[in-house]
Amino acid sequence: MKSGHATRAFFAILSREMLRFLQQKGRFFSALVRPLIWLIVFAAGFRAALGLSIIPPYKTYITYDVYVVPGLIGMIQLFAGMQNSLSMVYDREMGSMRVLLSTPLPRSYLLLARMLSGTFVSIIQVYAFVIIAMLLGTRLPVAGLIMMFPVLILTGMTLSALGMFLSSWIKQLENFAGVMNFLIFPMFFMSSALYPLWRMREGSVTIYELCLLNPFTYVVELIRFTIYREPNLMALGIVVATFLVFGIAALVGYTPARGGPTAGRGG
Amino acid sequence: MTETAQPPTALSVRNISYSYGKKPALNDISFDLAPGKVTALLGPNGAGKTTLFSLITGLFDCREGEVVIAGHPLRRDRSAALSSLGIVFQAQTLELDLTIDQNLRYFAALRGLTRHQAKDRIDMLLVAIGLEGLNKTKVRKLSGGQRRRVEVARALLDHPALLLLDEPSTGLDIATRRWLIKHVHELARDEGMTVLLATHLVDEVADEDDVIVLDKGRIVAAGQVDAIVASAGAANLDEAFTRMTAHEAVRAA
Repeated sequence: MKSGHATRAFFAILSREMLRFLQQKGRFFSALVRPLIWLIVFAAGFRAALGLSIIPPYKTYITYDVYVVPGLIGMIQLFAGMQNSLSMVYDREMGSMRVLLSTPLPRSYLLLARMLSGTFVSIIQVYAFVIIAMLLGTRLPVAGLIMMFPVLILTGMTLSALGMFLSSWIKQLENFAGVMNFLIFPMFFMSSALYPLWRMREGSVTIYELCLLNPFTYVVELIRFTIYREPNLMALGIVVATFLVFGIAALVGYTPARGGPTAGRGG
Repeated sequence: MTETAQPPTALSVRNISYSYGKKPALNDISFDLAPGKVTALLGPNGAGKTTLFSLITGLFDCREGEVVIAGHPLRRDRSAALSSLGIVFQAQTLELDLTIDQNLRYFAALRGLTRHQAKDRIDMLLVAIGLEGLNKTKVRKLSGGQRRRVEVARALLDHPALLLLDEPSTGLDIATRRWLIKHVHELARDEGMTVLLATHLVDEVADEDDVIVLDKGRIVAAGQVDAIVASAGAANLDEAFTRMTAHEAVRAA
């Protein structure tokens, strides 16, 4: 693989994703409105109902809106990862996946480039959300938000890999939309995104244990700790492992040996 | 006496078989394409043409048999093999919300062309397909025929040695269909391009073309038009094709 060719191809895939994103104004709008509703409406209600003790990485009492921001960042990336996968299923049905995968570059490189492009689109949404949250009065450390960038690449790739894995095994667009809903909401609610896990344990030990098995919990915690410039090696390890497992499974799912993801019979 | 090195065959298909689960789609397919000629892959719907194209383009894994493109075995040297290919898929595959220019630049970059090379080539090809001045038009606003022309231009961006067209005239009006078939033959005649044209429409085959007749996943005849017509004892290619591919159920009807 020639590096010049590979670089040009990556930027072509990235700019195509960006153009698509910019043309779908509703997608950008909903990507921002969804977490902002949580931040404005739910945080206002939960602030009174939910007491937060001082837990790492926080060194002092925090308000609920501050607590929930990393979870909402994770939510943006979770939705974006699924959206990216949905568009891959769409591409497959419309045939443009055939165009991509019949180009003279390694298939794994093309799929990783597609994943990374979707991740960059999600990062734009994340920073747009963070800026609005700060304008609305949520206090967040700016240095930590800048340091969060490489972590967002990792977490975005992980959630994209999960989505790509699903898209490689689900043949029809309609089925994928159903699976997305079935997956997104349990992943989001059964995590530390909205409430600390110790609160969950008080309510139900079983659900607490399910939250510990949910990789999205570690995505959120990795983002949370990074914003406050604290290490969380366990979260990092689990997120990397999740990325590798789902990334490899997705690449296997898209191998031509399965005759599947780009399949379409004709004459 | 010095031996002159022969250029590699544009496409060599050797003993390919393929199944969807337990349902066989292709059975022991072998052929070579003569360079600089149009070869029509003629077969009724469901004969296995698209499956064969998916194997040649590397979208399906060739588990039995071998595909060699311009001397490069697809399995061992995928990138080099695919570099020699230009493809027009049966289904339309352009990005509807991007302009013609954006679509072509995207594909040019995927093929490794620099911005400068892409611009020159796009300008030239848009003139060749009669769409000059429309490069800023979104594909969604184009007619089906114009979209197909853009796909032909896209397939030619990287000067392919072998052009594959999978039932390219599906859904086109007569004028665009004529233009397409004429253009493809000019590419072979004037630029020495090797063309494999999958179709079930006999009138898209010119007298000078080579023909491979595919039916139920098997090659039932191959050769020049005259030879195929003679071997079937028919008056013309249309009749020969009908005789070779008409199945019992159709005959009974």
